[in-house]
Amino acid sequence: METSCFHCGDPVPAGSSYAVRTERGWRSVCCAGCEAVAYSILGQGLEDFYRLRGAQRLERPAESCQENLELYDHPELQRAFVREVDDNRETVLLLEGIRCPACVWLNEQTIRRVPGVVSAHLNYSTRRAILRWDPRRARLSDVLQAVKRVGYRAHPYDAARDDKLQREERRDALWRLFVAGFGMMQVMMYALPAYVAGDGDMSADIGELLRWASFALTVPVVFYAAAPFFSGARRDLARGRLGMDVSVALGIAIAFGASVAAMLLGAAEVYFDSVTMFVFLLLGGRYLEMLARQRATSVLQHLSRLIPEGAHRLRDFPRSLEVDRIPACSLKPGEHTLVKPGESFPADGVVEQGSGEVNEALLTGEGRPVFKQPGNAVIGGSMNLSTPLVMRVEKVGGETVLSCIARLIERAAADRPRLVALAERWVTPFMLCVVLLAVAAALGWAAVDPARSLPVAVAVLVATCPCAFSLATPAALTVATGELARLGVIVTRAHAIEALGRVSDVVLDKTGTLTRGEPVLVDIACHSELPEEKCLALAAAMEAASEHPIGKAFAAAVAGRGLPAVSALDNVPGSGIEAVVEGHRYRLGSPAFAQALAPCVPVAPRRYSEVWLAAEGGLLASFQLADEIRPEAAEAVRRLQSLGLALHVLSGDGVEATGTLAARLDIGAFEGRADPERKRNYVAALQRQGKLIAMVGDGINDAPVLARADVSLAMGGGTRLAQIQADAVVLSQDLVALAEAIELSRRTLCVVRQNVAWAFAYNLSALPLALFGALTPWAAAIGMSVSSLLVVLNALRLQRSRRTSAAVLSADGMGGMTPRSQPVEARV
Amino acid sequence: MEILYLLIPLSVVLVFVIGAVFWAALRSGQYDDLEGPAFTILTDDDRPGPTDPPRG
Repeated sequence: METSCFHCGDPVPAGSSYAVRTERGWRSVCCAGCEAVAYSILGQGLEDFYRLRGAQRLERPAESCQENLELYDHPELQRAFVREVDDNRETVLLLEGIRCPACVWLNEQTIRRVPGVVSAHLNYSTRRAILRWDPRRARLSDVLQAVKRVGYRAHPYDAARDDKLQREERRDALWRLFVAGFGMMQVMMYALPAYVAGDGDMSADIGELLRWASFALTVPVVFYAAAPFFSGARRDLARGRLGMDVSVALGIAIAFGASVAAMLLGAAEVYFDSVTMFVFLLLGGRYLEMLARQRATSVLQHLSRLIPEGAHRLRDFPRSLEVDRIPACSLKPGEHTLVKPGESFPADGVVEQGSGEVNEALLTGEGRPVFKQPGNAVIGGSMNLSTPLVMRVEKVGGETVLSCIARLIERAAADRPRLVALAERWVTPFMLCVVLLAVAAALGWAAVDPARSLPVAVAVLVATCPCAFSLATPAALTVATGELARLGVIVTRAHAIEALGRVSDVVLDKTGTLTRGEPVLVDIACHSELPEEKCLALAAAMEAASEHPIGKAFAAAVAGRGLPAVSALDNVPGSGIEAVVEGHRYRLGSPAFAQALAPCVPVAPRRYSEVWLAAEGGLLASFQLADEIRPEAAEAVRRLQSLGLALHVLSGDGVEATGTLAARLDIGAFEGRADPERKRNYVAALQRQGKLIAMVGDGINDAPVLARADVSLAMGGGTRLAQIQADAVVLSQDLVALAEAIELSRRTLCVVRQNVAWAFAYNLSALPLALFGALTPWAAAIGMSVSSLLVVLNALRLQRSRRTSAAVLSADGMGGMTPRSQPVEARV
Repeated sequence: MEILYLLIPLSVVLVFVIGAVFWAALRSGQYDDLEGPAFTILTDDDRPGPTDPPRG
């Protein structure tokens, strides 16, 4: 008997009795889950799977949420992702757990063997399956169940229509590219004899034949492959402006028209080869750009999938634990739902019963579990890890944090960066100049050498087409936005990247930015025989029902331990709590409030905020609470300073406390006891000195200051995301990401400058060459296309920056949460 | 060299034929997944199963 599990490869516990019978005898497995899956695979005669997968290890199958799948048979739910095809239904499934081609084969076989399944095709690279089944003979849940039985997870891919659209777009673009590329190769072959033949080497009718052949192949290239340029030009003209497409379309049309005319007249000057090459190179650039964009949007779709489709509604919560399974979209605020381990929360809400760990990686970018207990808020889409939790639903649908994130991203995408707007304003006058120049050149050359007038005009149009110019900025900003999202920084206003790259000073708010913004219990002093443990339990029990931040500090300090029962609780706002615990009366609160119960002498100087616990017999304990500095603050400050930024700390707290903090973090400039008005003035004063300010705050209490700064960032996240007003939100709540964001923004600006400089230099040097006839149309086409390609590649350099481990959202599936790329209006 | 009068038009026709073939291939989704099918030849199940439903 081997010691590792036949199915998953984990070690088999000693004395395990689980085993499966294979063609080669009995093999031991580690647990019941593996046994079931292995039997299911073997039972279908698919033992080859184990041979084929080689050393690939498998995940242990999840054992929970068995019956959830039936939910997908709900007709209302199916409307969203199922299409009717003839008598059958079709849907796209996303499969989880696929690691190797053997998995693909196993899943395909498994699905096809379900009675009633008409066809199933699995795509290895996207992990998606296109499934078609007969609804009279099979239910969707049967298929999902079958997949589950072999140890994978399948769920309907909601955005099936979107996917189809993308696929069509990709196919269409690829086909146009192929037409242009194939046409180009062939036309060049026909053109070659004309270039290399000496006088009299080629008879006139062969030349004529070659020109007609070139023409035959150029027609589909111009009228089909280049159609997007023509329709783009028509759109531009209809809106009364001149865009990139106009000059491209003009260039193609003139060159093609002139060539056709020359061919009909029997002249030798045809440019079919230049036309096809021009179209091919431009389409190639567009194809690359489209692929990048589609990759960016696919992650937004992932975000929308984090909310589960189904929910367990507790019909009559405190009285019974009876569960209805309903679609998550029909949950209403105030209802209670049960969330089992391994499931995602279907909406935003508050934990009512149970306590356990939750993974909020969607906000923080870290997989570190967060402990939740009754009264804590949970966010829809985060995952329950350990124990079943009962949640009271507070926000559903469009009001959830997850939809807020999506909206923020969309807002940024709709916002046009100043840099791009600037570039676009100049496009129309620039294009006008180019067209006038081309006409002037044609007229000028008509006087000198009529035969060269048209080629020169085409060369001028093509060479000076400011494609690279128009791509320079949007390409860099799109890539940078995606990279920032990967750092956990979501840009919500388009100018944020530009401003971040230029800032000279960073003003940090203390509470909630440099510190966590929540008090933490730092010290307990006992003043009686009662042990520390007991005092803490008493205090926590009394604070358990409190919404006050101090209550949370106690709750965190006793996380998970049992608390004594509390009765006769009396909350005196602003002072503290009085209650009876285990027959004794206690008071917890400000020293004055506690002393009223049991007079005693003050025991410690008040360095932090202090809470006293007193019984009738006297003072029991004093608790020191402090707002903890974020652990990464020192590192972040060091990195910001190494970027040459001047740092300032502002706080509403006392001058002394602020000074201590600033000194600890080695920040020179600080101001304490600052209300919003004074903070504003502080920033305004810096701005009068010509400084560009980035203000970092929590985004809610300091909104006026944030609005005053040149660029504002909020240490956002949590349930308050909807209220945040800032140009960018640091979702990961990681200050180091801030330093990285500034660094990245600087590099972005640098790339933008390089791109603009290059495009400008190229256009400026190509223009005189074209004007004086030194540039043939094909040379102009190569120069222009290479120039725009260089610009895009330069922008992509931003993407290949080193990744930091701390906040790589992509590991949790949120990576590249890019907005649908900045609207690249004027494409190549 | 008279053969060129035949060969050149022939090459034009050929281009269109090849284009049509590629078009058909693209339409049928052959370029959607360039990786997976290479493995299916290794994993095809040749043994007649007891309950082999019609394949899609």
